[in-house]
Amino acid sequence: MEIDRPIPSPITPEAKPFWDGLREHRLLLPKCGACGHVFFYPRVLCPRCHARDVGWIQASGKGKLHAFEIAYQAFNKAWKVKPPWVLAMVELAEGPRLMTNLVNVEPDPKVIKCDMPVQIVFSKLTDEITLPLFEPTR
Amino acid sequence: MSAVADLKSLSNSVCVVGADESDEIGALPHKSQLTLHLEAVRNAVSDAGLRISDVDGIFTAGQHSPALLGEALGIAPRYVDGTSVGGCSFIIMVGHAVAALHHGLCDVAVISHGESGRSGVGVSPRRDTSLTGQYEAPFGFGGAPTLFGMITTRHMHEYGTTLEQWAQVAVSTRKWAMLNPKALRREPLTVADVLASRPVVYPFNVLNICLVTDAGGAVVLTRADRARDCAKKPVYVRGVGEGTEHVMLTQMKDLTFSEATRLAGEKAFRMAGVTHRDFDHIMLYDAFTSGPPLMLESLGIAKRGEGVHFFAEGRSTPGGALPINTNGGGLSYTHSGMYGIFPIIEATRQLRGECGGRQVPNVKLSLVNGMGGMLSAAGTLVLSNER
Repeated sequence: MEIDRPIPSPITPEAKPFWDGLREHRLLLPKCGACGHVFFYPRVLCPRCHARDVGWIQASGKGKLHAFEIAYQAFNKAWKVKPPWVLAMVELAEGPRLMTNLVNVEPDPKVIKCDMPVQIVFSKLTDEITLPLFEPTR
Repeated sequence: MSAVADLKSLSNSVCVVGADESDEIGALPHKSQLTLHLEAVRNAVSDAGLRISDVDGIFTAGQHSPALLGEALGIAPRYVDGTSVGGCSFIIMVGHAVAALHHGLCDVAVISHGESGRSGVGVSPRRDTSLTGQYEAPFGFGGAPTLFGMITTRHMHEYGTTLEQWAQVAVSTRKWAMLNPKALRREPLTVADVLASRPVVYPFNVLNICLVTDAGGAVVLTRADRARDCAKKPVYVRGVGEGTEHVMLTQMKDLTFSEATRLAGEKAFRMAGVTHRDFDHIMLYDAFTSGPPLMLESLGIAKRGEGVHFFAEGRSTPGGALPINTNGGGLSYTHSGMYGIFPIIEATRQLRGECGGRQVPNVKLSLVNGMGGMLSAAGTLVLSNER
């Protein structure tokens, strides 16, 4: 994939395992060692029980499309992807939601439906950065 | 004394005594952001029959700090507040001003907004935070329409809300704008026009999205005993409430319901001793056509999924039973970026009876509700021209 979009920046220390995992085609999510809560985005304390004992699990890469938009123009100077493309919020099987793009789908509201099952597509952007994109489950 | 009883004792203790925009609003490439602030403060203070030298409390959000505003005005405030939780910050600051005035931390409070949102004159470039930079920007998110649309498509999925129903909100609001000489967009508008306008990001066409303008606005508050000596009829602050839930949209528990708005509304209604059925006039922060219906639902004024009915049935329009966004809103009057000062100005003018062709008859109780971010934060006011 050519660099057609903003590179994630600045990558923060607490999020480094997430970005390192993606490079190895693993979707890692923070999990609280005290209460078991799986959450996203990465933080150094659990947003449910506030314990500092945060570890990582490998997620299944499966989830549901929680909400979506179809963009007809760029919203960022660094964005070079030709419109229309699909902005997505995915609810992972493990619980947390993340922002992403829905790819390998017709950008049409008659085709794209909330709650449709989706799966991860690891999309290499640079040697350092691989993005977690999603596609409809086949 | 319980906290709730304490809040009730503050009800009606403070009044809005001045309210005005900058000299002009709209497309103003010849005016800096700071100029918009200073014009608004001067105009609002004059409206109150006071002088800038009377001001000793400065409240503002945005790129200019309250300290800078004090410096630019040439005054040394006794009290400053720079709460910055998005466009509703100015609404929340009314509550903060009530507390500060009540306790004598200041005597004349000014809440000021100035934003060169369209022309960018005297504006620093925005930068992504580490959270938006890592988790949103790489996917093409940028700016509010790419986020609020998520809330909107989820609402359509859960409640069957349609594009036509969202468009009704723009149409209702335009009917009010046509009666406001200061509104930027005053030509007639139909649902078909909204549906045929330029697609920006589904589910939003350009006419589902607020204007982008340059504008300033300010309000002046003082204690009720002093308000009687001001130039205009005082507008009593009967209730205030604030709430925050999330900032990043992925952290919002239920995309179709604003917990921040519920919290803010409940507090304000309880302090004012009113219910959601008591209002004659409502101002809601309309950055997008889907915002006001969701706010009505989160405030308990409409059942969940039914907020759009208030607009579709024509209740919100001129002559309707429950006028909403009588200035023409962010959708048709002005929206400089942090819109929250303007619904306070309009509610004040309505309660004073200053609104000419758009005046709501016999208005006594007005609700102001605004959001910050993507329904992330909320501020609610109950305002009245009676104690």
